[in-house]
Amino acid sequence: MKLPVKMTINGQSYSHEVEPRLLLVHYIRELVGLTGTHVGCDTSQCGACTILMDGKAVKACNFFAVQCDGVKITTIEGLAKNGDLHPIQQGFWEKHGLQCGFCTPGMIMAAHQMLERYPKPSEEQIRHQLEGNLCRCTGYHNIVKAIQWAAEQMAGKK
Amino acid sequence: MATVERVLGKSIKRREDPRFITGRGTYVDDVKLPGTTWAAFVRSPHAHARIKKIDTAAALKHPGVVAIFTGKDMTGVNSLPCGWLLPELKVPPHMPLASDAARCVGDPVAIVIAESHDAAEDAAEKVKVTWEVLPAVSATDKATAKGSTQIHEVAPSNTAFTWQIGDAAAVETAFRGAARVVKKKIVNQRLVANPMEPRACLASYDRATGDLTLWVTSQNPHVHRLLMCAFVLGIPEHKVRVIAPDVGGAFGSKIFLYNEETICSWATKQIKRPVRWTSSRREAFLTDAHGRDHVTEAEMAFDAQGKIVGLRVKTIANMGAYLSTFAPAVPTYLYATLLNGVYTIPAIHAHVTGVFTNTTPVDAYRGAGRPEAAYLLERMIDAGAAALKLDPADIRKKNFIPKFENGFQTQVALNYDSGNYAAAFDKLLGMLDYKKFRSEQQAARKQGRLLGLGFSTYIEACSIAPSKVVGSLGAQAGLYESGKVRVHPTGGITVYTGSHSHGQGHETTFSQLVADELGVPMESVEIVHGDTGAIPFGMGTYGSRSGSVGGTALLMSLQKIKEKGKKIAAHLLEASPSDIEYTNGQFQVKGFPGKAVPFGQVALTAYVPHNYPAGLEPGLEETSFYDPSNFCFPFGAHACVVEIDRDTGQVKIVRYLAVDDVGNVMNPMIVDGMVHGGIAQGVGQALCEGAVYDDGQLVTGSMMDYALPKADMLPMYETDRTVTPTLVNPLGVKGAGETGTIAATPAVMNAVVDALAPLGVDHIETMPLTAGRVWTIMQSAKR
Repeated sequence: MKLPVKMTINGQSYSHEVEPRLLLVHYIRELVGLTGTHVGCDTSQCGACTILMDGKAVKACNFFAVQCDGVKITTIEGLAKNGDLHPIQQGFWEKHGLQCGFCTPGMIMAAHQMLERYPKPSEEQIRHQLEGNLCRCTGYHNIVKAIQWAAEQMAGKK
Repeated sequence: MATVERVLGKSIKRREDPRFITGRGTYVDDVKLPGTTWAAFVRSPHAHARIKKIDTAAALKHPGVVAIFTGKDMTGVNSLPCGWLLPELKVPPHMPLASDAARCVGDPVAIVIAESHDAAEDAAEKVKVTWEVLPAVSATDKATAKGSTQIHEVAPSNTAFTWQIGDAAAVETAFRGAARVVKKKIVNQRLVANPMEPRACLASYDRATGDLTLWVTSQNPHVHRLLMCAFVLGIPEHKVRVIAPDVGGAFGSKIFLYNEETICSWATKQIKRPVRWTSSRREAFLTDAHGRDHVTEAEMAFDAQGKIVGLRVKTIANMGAYLSTFAPAVPTYLYATLLNGVYTIPAIHAHVTGVFTNTTPVDAYRGAGRPEAAYLLERMIDAGAAALKLDPADIRKKNFIPKFENGFQTQVALNYDSGNYAAAFDKLLGMLDYKKFRSEQQAARKQGRLLGLGFSTYIEACSIAPSKVVGSLGAQAGLYESGKVRVHPTGGITVYTGSHSHGQGHETTFSQLVADELGVPMESVEIVHGDTGAIPFGMGTYGSRSGSVGGTALLMSLQKIKEKGKKIAAHLLEASPSDIEYTNGQFQVKGFPGKAVPFGQVALTAYVPHNYPAGLEPGLEETSFYDPSNFCFPFGAHACVVEIDRDTGQVKIVRYLAVDDVGNVMNPMIVDGMVHGGIAQGVGQALCEGAVYDDGQLVTGSMMDYALPKADMLPMYETDRTVTPTLVNPLGVKGAGETGTIAATPAVMNAVVDALAPLGVDHIETMPLTAGRVWTIMQSAKR
């Protein structure tokens, strides 16, 4: 039995009939066709599927699509505005905060909420806030620097 | 003409990043084809069981099921090959789908193909397998015990091979004359690579042309194609195109030819529709080749002054249930040949037994053999220092091989290229302020704090590898690399490399190389990799070989381009080719910058050869294959400072310092990044990672149970370099992908042992050092 679901993703509205067991992350990847949100595990440890749902960073593998009727979602594809990278995206580029790129969308979305909570995060805060995101390439060093860089840029713009 | 800025050796921001930071990378699971079916595998829940019957009737009736195949359906399909054959190696069959027995949990016995992922998974649950459960053995040091279950008919006592290197008699003599012999058991536990992107494949058979296209998470698409076509499926290589697009990390685990892509490639031809499979993380834990898993007895002999006089090593290496693609090479040629380390050791002997167990196959994982060697040596030299009451810095300095620039013959076959081990270590001691640290440690100990420092002075063999050498050692392949440079009529350049980037940043570093060599902007260079349909051939990326081997192949092609360009330019300038030099992006008559033609004009002339040298072929495109004459040997010195919580046993890394020497550096930012990531993986082995089997069941089979390092357990790394170029290749680069992983584990372990030294601890056999394990050690050691 399929159920109807409607949501707004990156400013565009989508409606589908979906199996109740369909995870939000698979909805985004397979039905909406936005493949920047990644699946790195099946136990909600890795954080590669992190998105913004109504402004909060959540793991898209932790929701069924049918639970998300009416929500507003931003994925990594929706972060840059008019072709301008978000400072966090820019920070990851400037500070070499990625290697294989697979964890990167989730890292960037997690950092997005982190900087809303802590506009001037300490190194310790950044590391603690990344508790739900795994990276196997960078050893986190440059991810921390990327987020620090973004925080400075965003503070400067205010 | 303005001088073109040199870019090689500079920290240029990565060209591949814009697509990754905007979510527009294309990983295998992102590739969509119309009409695609989904595959799910029926896997053994038992570590060892005979297959009595497979009943697919109920599953076939499940809505959406397209086809189900078992091993018996795959007629004419052969065993997955082992690509490295040691003398008298026992090579048991490894069929893509097991039909007689399953030999580890996760062994696939059937493929279910359906219209959707859910339908495939649901139907797979309805496949009824009747098992006869057999006894299983998973522990490395119990595999050959009397009464252990026999896993393969061809391998009595579950022994895949026994192998040795070095001079046993010389070691015996050295030990007899030694002042002190230190003997330790060293367990290098089993690890799971865990790249963030799980393995995936999409196989599509074109019934019009008979061509097969396979998208697969591979570090080496040509190797995948060769092994699959020539050894397993028996289909012609030229009818198969393998594409490894963006690949989300690998660390060795995506080198090998696996069951799943082979079966999907076979199945697409049966059903005439694309077949897609993406591993769940749970499947990844069970089926990605694991790493390490050695149990070793090591003895190091010293004279009274602390000079090493001999080393004796006996290792049991777990191969798992089958021989994975390069498995036998790892605990032999990539391990025991590194046991000379950075030290003068007059006599070495190593004996290795490779054993089968009812566990996931073990193969190369970042470092592959070299971390095991470095760990052993660094633990043993510290144990020696403790026994002889020497400072761990002094004992290392006493034993370093003196500086050399062109060759040092070790006791275990290898000939090192260049090294200056003391220089790297001295630099490290300076960064650390060693004397100051020891006095701080004294003070901390008086307060009852457990503060420790560990060193690791390592070497690795990379730039893999001279084909003739590895061929004589059992490799069934050559280990050269190809590089093709195509200059387009309008001056743009497409580069085709056989190296594969799965995080290494080749689109940037290779562009830097091309831009520098030709004096053109990086923007006019495009790097193509990971596609057998475009690239002449390729052995791929592992063993820190892309820059040194892949880069040199490119350099050779660039030199050929320039040579041909000189002939064209000479004709246009009415000069002799020997009088033409290439500088700043133009061909000019030597000493006459005014008499010159730019690169673009030469390119256009090559394709519009109206005014052209007689006898010269049109076009500007060159291909080269480079086979290195030797390995390269990066080295370095790392230090780790830890503090242990007395109440909980929690290990906190206070500082981590690294001085690496990888020869010349093409992009410092990228090299530093690889060092960082390698350190994190090495720390992971020391502190949190480890695959645990209980009676053949993998109890650490998810990311909930297998602890990967997180941001909050790691510090900012303090890194620096010394530069000792290699003479093996013209770029002078040695390789940088594995140094951190090799160096970090012993540095952390030595630091923990040092921290616990006041409690009387001088060695710890088993990793990882979780808080619970450290606490237990503290309780039993307390004095």
